[in-house]
Amino acid sequence: MMTPSAEQPLLTVEGLTKRFGARTACRDIGFSLWPGEVLGVVGESGSGKTTLLGCIAGQLTPSAGQVWFEARESGRVDLAALAESDRRRLVGHDMGFVHQNPRDGLRLDVSAGGNIGEPLMRAGMRHYGTIRGLAAEWLGRVEIDATRIDENPRRFSGGMQQRLQIARNLVTNPRLVLMDEPTGGLDVSVQARLLDLIRQLVADLGLAVILVTHDLGVARLLAHRLMVMQDGRIVEAGLTDQVLDDPHEPYTQLLVSSVLPL
Amino acid sequence: MTASGYNFAYLDEQSKRMIRRALLKAVAIPGYQVPFAGREMPLPYGWGTGGIQVTASIIGRKDRLKVIDQGADDTTNAVSIRKFFARTAGVATTTRTAEASIIQTRHRIPETPLRHGQIMVYQVPIPEPLRWLEPRETQTRRMHALADYGAMHLKLYEDIARFGRVTTAYDYPVQVNGRYLMSPSPIPRLDNPKLDRSPALQLFGAGREKRIYAVPPFTSVKSLDFADHPFAVERWSSRCARCGADDSYLDEIVVDDRGGRSFICSDTDYCDSRLRPRAAE
Amino acid sequence: MNRDDDAMIETRDLAKSFTLHVQGEIKLTVLDGINLSVGAGECVVLDGPSGVGKSTLMRTLYGNYRVDQGAILVRHDGGQVDLATATPRLALDLRRRTLGYISQFLRVIPRVPTLEVVAEPLRARGLGAQEARERAGALLERLAIPRRLWSLSPVTFSGGEQQRVNIARGLLAGHPILLVDEPTASLDADNRSTVVTLLREARSAGAAIVAICHDPEARAALATRFYRLPPRELAA
Repeated sequence: MMTPSAEQPLLTVEGLTKRFGARTACRDIGFSLWPGEVLGVVGESGSGKTTLLGCIAGQLTPSAGQVWFEARESGRVDLAALAESDRRRLVGHDMGFVHQNPRDGLRLDVSAGGNIGEPLMRAGMRHYGTIRGLAAEWLGRVEIDATRIDENPRRFSGGMQQRLQIARNLVTNPRLVLMDEPTGGLDVSVQARLLDLIRQLVADLGLAVILVTHDLGVARLLAHRLMVMQDGRIVEAGLTDQVLDDPHEPYTQLLVSSVLPL
Repeated sequence: MTASGYNFAYLDEQSKRMIRRALLKAVAIPGYQVPFAGREMPLPYGWGTGGIQVTASIIGRKDRLKVIDQGADDTTNAVSIRKFFARTAGVATTTRTAEASIIQTRHRIPETPLRHGQIMVYQVPIPEPLRWLEPRETQTRRMHALADYGAMHLKLYEDIARFGRVTTAYDYPVQVNGRYLMSPSPIPRLDNPKLDRSPALQLFGAGREKRIYAVPPFTSVKSLDFADHPFAVERWSSRCARCGADDSYLDEIVVDDRGGRSFICSDTDYCDSRLRPRAAE
Repeated sequence: MNRDDDAMIETRDLAKSFTLHVQGEIKLTVLDGINLSVGAGECVVLDGPSGVGKSTLMRTLYGNYRVDQGAILVRHDGGQVDLATATPRLALDLRRRTLGYISQFLRVIPRVPTLEVVAEPLRARGLGAQEARERAGALLERLAIPRRLWSLSPVTFSGGEQQRVNIARGLLAGHPILLVDEPTASLDADNRSTVVTLLREARSAGAAIVAICHDPEARAALATRFYRLPPRELAA
């Protein structure tokens, strides 16, 4: 375990701003993320959290600011300034993106094994046996019966599809995974299983994760650090338990007090 | 103006110029699909309008044209197209591969090896090899621009997972000059190796999709495969019943009313030439 | 731990108030001018009437509550870190390796087996799964949690069982500084005794302990010193 001062942050966002015409979705966002940290981004609809994720993932080009990322091969690069081809290659390989709806992150007409194998083939892997072996291994890690490797994910339940999406994202060993409401739309019991899986994988693999959610319970469970967003700005940030147990800003207090107790 | 009242080879000169420009671009970027403004041809889409437009743009008075359809010179379509150019261009035609300067083909490459100086014109239905995976043209163009081709191996993977081997029998995807992924048109697997470093110039025309692409002579054309499932061609258990060839693509033919079958070379000229060895020209 | 005269954890002029925006901007000052110093091998039991701020101080020492002013100096990695101004990353590292907190209630995550719950802090420090589980098991045995319960999630356990799991989890990693909140509440006499013994063992090993404890026997056995919080000013 490295001491904090010795390691470089994996991701540093500086002055990130994103405008859509007259509307500013993200304003001057800045933070750093180290390997092994889970950063939760909470906020209500329209807070800008999904836009922020899109800018980091390279899906959107920021209007201003930098997104410094420690790439595996090329070292520190500003994702916001990269050419699209380089950005796509980097993001596809070094970063994962788990969509809220697994259908957006999977090829539904391709087998489960093919879904997990595709990122490997994109990265240049050309040995069928190896690809299939890795796909089977990852199915096991996300608790999908490996005998279903040739099945079409259309036949899977929502929770299984989501776990397949996670496997597809992690197979290239990215160091940073972005997650957009990964448990949204799932039944509560299914959610619990998925959250548990994510917790374990993050701990086992030392992943850095940026987790966008509107569910404070999910944030409490998974995130080490929390950022509260409102109207495109970061309203409050700190350790998760500290932001949730000792909220300082009016908006944060409102959010926390609005959660229905069980 | 020919006797039938058409411009030479049917198309007007400006159209031919436009198509030749597209062809030059295509040759300059091997395997890259160049859009072109396809003209109205006197036959519908799906009948070879792309190939005809390419042939019309390059053919000259001294050319000798061969037209084959599934390897045969004598099917309806091959005959029609050959007659079309005979009427509108008055060029000499032939059924002999070795004597042709331009060969227009649907879905086969002749067995007789081609020479430098010959031109193959392929009729192409769907020029986009990634269309099965990605229906959006905007996305496939991006994939080509970024050489984002890993997904193509996905098709091979799915085949092997489902059937134990790659079952793609025709239109087997290739990578040209180590760069662009190309659809070789619906030629059988057996013909793919003939594309690699062919001495002939190979031009591809898709009329309905309005795309032209090309492979210059002596260019590398590699069929996609896996290291542990290498590309393999078809094999027959019998020889051609007519000429005895064991190295050509064989068609299964019903020969009598009782359903008797025979395997015979699909390339009619190749079969004929083996039966009647030619005297020196 | 050779620095007996150096404080392991020390507060300087600590002040903590809460501003409840949702309730019309009420400001509650809970802690003011707190100066507390705890060295290795000491167990300081916080004293004072209910509501005086013992829990608040405890949570502040852990970084769970953010201070208004003052410093929380923690001996970490051979140096001194001010938790009040530390970056989240440093604070997390502090909690992982130096500063442990045994709260009054176990926060239960459904589906995670008891053995994993207890072993987790050791895993977080880099220890292998097998060894972490073995050590977790040994501690659970001492705390009379039967083996048949180890593979179950503590969700369905009794209050006393959950508390013992909580204590096992908190003690296993061997943090040099421990913050303990009512360790013997909801335990029977035998288990109380075991917990007290475990804490005394930690103390003898050089841990600095800050505790909240109402049980007179436990207080007497554990405390090397008492710290009485100053009385609170009522809300303005």
